[in-house]
Amino acid sequence: MGILEVKGVNKRFGGLQALGDVNLSVTENSVHAIIGPNGAGKSTLLNCLVGKLIPDTGSVMFNGQSVLGRKPHEINQMGISRVFQTPEIFGDLTVLENVLIPCFARRDGAFSMHAFETVGQERDMLDEAMQMLEDMNMADKRDMHAASMSRGDKRRLEMAMCLVQQPRLLLLDEPTAGMSRADTNNTIELLKQIKGKRDITMAIIEHDMHVVFSLADRITVLAQGSPLVEDTPENIKGHPKVREAYLGESA
Amino acid sequence: MLGLEKKDATLLLVVIALALAAPILLNPFPTESAMAQFNAGYPDLMQKFAIYGIFAIGFNILFGLTGYLSFGHAAFLGVGSYSAVWMFKLLSMNVIPALVLAVLVSSLFALVIGYISLRRSGIYFSILTLAFAQMSFNLAYSVLTPITNGETGLQLSLDDPRILGISQTADGGIPLTSLFGLAMRDSVAVKLGGWSFEFSVGYYVCAILMLVCFYLAMRIFRSPFGLMLRAVKTNQTRLNYTGLNSRPYTLAAFVISGMYAGLAGGLLAAMDPLAGAERMQWTASGEVVLMTILGGAGTLFGPVLGAGFIKYFENIFSKINDSVLQNWFGFLPDGVENVVLWVVEHFVGPGWHLTLGLLFMLVVIFLPGGLMEGGQRIAGLLRGKRKSGGDGGGDDPEYHPGQTPHVAE
Repeated sequence: MGILEVKGVNKRFGGLQALGDVNLSVTENSVHAIIGPNGAGKSTLLNCLVGKLIPDTGSVMFNGQSVLGRKPHEINQMGISRVFQTPEIFGDLTVLENVLIPCFARRDGAFSMHAFETVGQERDMLDEAMQMLEDMNMADKRDMHAASMSRGDKRRLEMAMCLVQQPRLLLLDEPTAGMSRADTNNTIELLKQIKGKRDITMAIIEHDMHVVFSLADRITVLAQGSPLVEDTPENIKGHPKVREAYLGESA
Repeated sequence: MLGLEKKDATLLLVVIALALAAPILLNPFPTESAMAQFNAGYPDLMQKFAIYGIFAIGFNILFGLTGYLSFGHAAFLGVGSYSAVWMFKLLSMNVIPALVLAVLVSSLFALVIGYISLRRSGIYFSILTLAFAQMSFNLAYSVLTPITNGETGLQLSLDDPRILGISQTADGGIPLTSLFGLAMRDSVAVKLGGWSFEFSVGYYVCAILMLVCFYLAMRIFRSPFGLMLRAVKTNQTRLNYTGLNSRPYTLAAFVISGMYAGLAGGLLAAMDPLAGAERMQWTASGEVVLMTILGGAGTLFGPVLGAGFIKYFENIFSKINDSVLQNWFGFLPDGVENVVLWVVEHFVGPGWHLTLGLLFMLVVIFLPGGLMEGGQRIAGLLRGKRKSGGDGGGDDPEYHPGQTPHVAE
């Protein structure tokens, strides 16, 4: 039984069947990649996992509990963190403040009125945030205005914000989209490091085969809203159905 | 000091000193001099500085931190005034119960209006708050006449019960608002050379409450709660995907700012015990937006500065009339004098709004961070002369590089 179990999920937008009978099982402490051509339903599936969309039918169980009908912040509090295609960070705040917010979210829950302590007095939280920045080699940028950083650094920061929550499942939505080859390789290295340092389950939505084959333990191929195959990277590489989905029937 | 970092403690001390010495600082010109009309150190105006300062500090907790632009905060100001006057009518002339009721009632109002309005953000939120404020205004103006006394406004009268006080004084007058026997209207005038300084009880009550409000706002700004509010302004998506529910945070900020507005409204009634519907009109809501933006939204001291500026213009510039102008420009040859008078008279007296509008435009265009940014730039220039190469902002926590949108998307 995987930590994330998707069973028989359907999602329809008007006449378009975005997801058709999707089944998916993500094993704990593995890296599971979901790939597929444009319009295959990868993002729709991801949005069903984080509470942005509610599937028409089917179930999504995380750690034995259903996530359906829950709001994004509730799902996050269950232990699912998400990295976005374009980094979503608190641009007007400093790097340290960006990492402090998830620290507070983990300690205090979805809402708390700590209106009378100063942030500076919260030594534990500051230490934790600084430790995370050091782990990500960003300690020297702690007082930088987050919006003024390079895109690569924003991505690093977003990952730091997700990891400091110690999520059980990290969802990555095309973490290398629009990146140069060098940046892509850096991101792969970063994810490998993260994987090496702690027990974490990752589900990656990705376009770039290079990234997928460097990281994934298991791969699910989506085509036209349905899973085509699910297998190890070695077996996926030569799979005729996958070639067909990606390159067209004639290939 | 008081759980504040050194920089904030210094700012607080400066503000305390300014507030306590205001009757002296705002009266720089001798009573008999021609410049005396620019003196702002009389109780009535100083009370307004402090009261509208409270109003703007509270508004800034909502607008400056979360970016939610409320266009209906005058409703809470009005509710506070009505509550306070009712307390004066029914209970006693002591200002404490009146202010407590004003804050309580306005917080309830803010809870209801905020709960509904905060379902939307950006311009839709602003419109919802505006609609609520106009509804409150119309309710006060006509529908709820038994409670608000309609267009005449709610006033004290000789046959009010005042259970814990007296209905009328020995000589048949309406008793004065007071703080345990110390009448708000009492004051001590000190003459010193050509100067005359008036220290009034009412002003000091307002000033001390303003300082308490300022201190509380400072604590909120520096707290984890304040950090979350700033996070709401910069990226709500990330906030939600970080396990935080933005709704209760914004609602809490809305209620807190509503309570500040209620306190300000209560104080207005405590200084002058009457309440009218016009206090809730949309122009009054717009005024606090102007104050906050003019002073610097999101800064601690900016809103107080903006409130002072606008109230100063409203009271001082509007008093300059034709005869005063003729006095000033009398030395010019007749033809020139007439031209100058014709130009200047449009900017003073009833035309003071024109001056304020121009000032506001200049600030928004050249100093998007408000007057506080202007102050910082001057400070930066001065510092730059001493140690060249500094980048103006430096380690200043109030320094926000780049322009940030004022309204939450």
